[in-house]
Amino acid sequence: MTDTRQNPANNKGGSLLQHSARTRKRNAAERRFRAYGIAAISVGLLMLCVLVTTIVGRGTGAFQQTFVTLEVELLESKLDKSGTRDIDAIKKVTTFGYAPIIRAAVEAKVAELGIDSPLKAKEMAGILSKDAAATLREFVIANPDQIGETVEFRFLASSRVDGYMKGRVSRDSIANDKSISPEQLDLVDALVSAGVVEKTFNLAFITGADASDARPEAAGMGVSMLGSLFMMLVVLALALPIGVAASIYLEEFAPKNWLTDIIEVNISNLAAVPSIVFGILGLAVFINYMHLPMSAPLVGGLVLTLMTLPTVIISTRAALKAVPPSIRDAALGVGASRMQAVFHHVLPLAAPGILTGTIIGLAQALGETAPLLLIGMVGFIASNAPETIADGLLSPNSAMPAQIYEWAKRADPAFYERAWGGIIILLIFLVTMNTVAVILRRRFERRW
Amino acid sequence: MSFVKFTASALAISAVSATAAAARDQVQVAGSSTVLPYASIVAEAFGENFDFPTPVVESGGSSAGLKRFCEGVGENTIDVANASRRIKDKEIKACAENGVTDIIEVQIGYDGIVFASDINGNGFEYTPSDWFLALSDEILVDGKMVANPNKTWADVNTAFPAQDIQAFIPGTKHGTREVFEDKVILAGCEATGAFDVLLAAAEGDSDKAKHKAAEKACISLRTDGVSVDIDGDYTETLARIESNKDGIGVFGLAFYENNTDKLQVATMSGVVPSTESIATGEYPVSRPLFFYVKKAHIGVIPGLKEYAEFFVADEVAGPDGPLAEYGLVSDPELSKTQAAVAEEAVMGGNS
Repeated sequence: MTDTRQNPANNKGGSLLQHSARTRKRNAAERRFRAYGIAAISVGLLMLCVLVTTIVGRGTGAFQQTFVTLEVELLESKLDKSGTRDIDAIKKVTTFGYAPIIRAAVEAKVAELGIDSPLKAKEMAGILSKDAAATLREFVIANPDQIGETVEFRFLASSRVDGYMKGRVSRDSIANDKSISPEQLDLVDALVSAGVVEKTFNLAFITGADASDARPEAAGMGVSMLGSLFMMLVVLALALPIGVAASIYLEEFAPKNWLTDIIEVNISNLAAVPSIVFGILGLAVFINYMHLPMSAPLVGGLVLTLMTLPTVIISTRAALKAVPPSIRDAALGVGASRMQAVFHHVLPLAAPGILTGTIIGLAQALGETAPLLLIGMVGFIASNAPETIADGLLSPNSAMPAQIYEWAKRADPAFYERAWGGIIILLIFLVTMNTVAVILRRRFERRW
Repeated sequence: MSFVKFTASALAISAVSATAAAARDQVQVAGSSTVLPYASIVAEAFGENFDFPTPVVESGGSSAGLKRFCEGVGENTIDVANASRRIKDKEIKACAENGVTDIIEVQIGYDGIVFASDINGNGFEYTPSDWFLALSDEILVDGKMVANPNKTWADVNTAFPAQDIQAFIPGTKHGTREVFEDKVILAGCEATGAFDVLLAAAEGDSDKAKHKAAEKACISLRTDGVSVDIDGDYTETLARIESNKDGIGVFGLAFYENNTDKLQVATMSGVVPSTESIATGEYPVSRPLFFYVKKAHIGVIPGLKEYAEFFVADEVAGPDGPLAEYGLVSDPELSKTQAAVAEEAVMGGNS
């Protein structure tokens, strides 16, 4: 034993230049572990890339839409038979009554351009969205003085024509399709070269309301975005004050005994409760017992508040804990009351952490669909834009994730594209909110 | 402190909401996901053409819709339930217990159920017997009921290719399932003679009970993974077929017509499904669609009666209307329905 210690040159494991077998093994293990780590990160990044490219690849189509520009003669004989411009008489003409006017406009355009088409007027008008009649009627009711004039309109093209312009629909794929014929596509081709049919940016997708299954081309996210906004307002207005008050009390004032321990454990447990449970609770308490209206963003907001509260409380308590006790002691030492110490010194220092937690909680609530299923916010709902704040809270509306879910279920492939487009919008919101949270934390958080 | 203000405003919001919650001015509809596209088309056109707000249409299935419909009378209950089947006596009773007594039944038209497979796969010409032989858990072989031995479609019918049987059928919560069982499996059961054997073996006190037992035995499907229940929507069935090219799915006609680039439809008893062949009754697998209106809500919820009348108006539900264009087979007796809605004829009366 002593020999080996006295003569390090003979010691096999002691050379700095030559690693022993054991050291080499340890080094190899470390290299392997690093390789595993890099592999894990690469797999994660690859998945993220696949996800983002799929979403962007499939969803960007929704931000473009095909429009048809037509001059429409607003025939007095069809729209206002009496000629008195009485608004009630004009309103009696339903959207079905506007169909012949649109047909005539398409026919006139085709004749004017000298396009030779074997189609009848009704089939020609088939390249237009069913939304065209609604657009026209809305215009006439808003401007009854224009009856008798010829006005230029930009109508939406039907979802099949739009799909053809985007490459989703081809001449092969419509062999059995009764909604569109190859002759109609010939007409579209001719109108495209004449500049009547064109594909442009689709603002209505971002601002518009949901549309029925017969006209996917008219559907938009706007109204459901407002629904989400109102829900987030409710969540913010309730979860932040309640959550912060609860955590300040628990952290700074409450005595440590079995009761507060139970409360603490239950808050942690609540954070792990599946969100659908909150939906059932919301249905039972807010709708069946408190008689709040169904499908209202107010109820959605209340349900999501319940879901977000634990997150807010846990992050607020962590932020309060991170403030060093010396700050409290110093404040108390110069004669501040405990409340003054908390509100003047501890809370401002903990604010960045509280805000970060709240924003992350809001982002989580924004993407939640399951509880909304049970309180009637999934379906054909987001069709009326709210007019006032009370209206926004109480009249039926959907939410962004619910709208995406709804679109993904519908039969027409054009809705599927819009579902992906909706995901892009939702992701932009989530990424923005999380970025704000990160910036807040970076800029204002203090470390001791 | 701003938190105090926040709390105060939150309380104010809830107070305002509690008082304003009293009035509801839009029609609230829920129920069958098959009727949902039609109801949403009507709701949209209704909102455009009338001064009432666009009705709210939720889905969830016929049974779920009728259950909510029967919860009671009042503004926090729905006004209209969509259903892809007739309301059951049990449900009418449940309704009556909760005070929902005067129910107006409105038949809007017919819907076809089609069998479709991947566009690039084999085409099929089915009869109900083929489906019974492919999916029933017991079939008739040499006069005896044995566990279904069929593995491929060629085993079922020698005219078919040797493709594995893989069927995606609607789950039991769908109204479509009942039609599939009644019009396809049960018909096949009777056609193959299995029904008579089952009836002879059935236990029961009366002929009626025996009949019921035999029917129940007929429609029990095999559970070895050959037939898969789809509880979601047709989009899920479509996704299953896209990933499993051997799969045959059950769809609504309107869904198939919107996805003709991905699906090919099979004929049933030699008839190609279309709105025309369903209207004439040639295509056997179809069912009526309904919606139910609470009479007590007419006059309380603005626009409810107008919505019901608009739904069955000629220009909407007629053969040239937007619903027929989307895939609804219009009811030849629509004018009777219109009259019934106009005079608010309730169920259990003479209608």
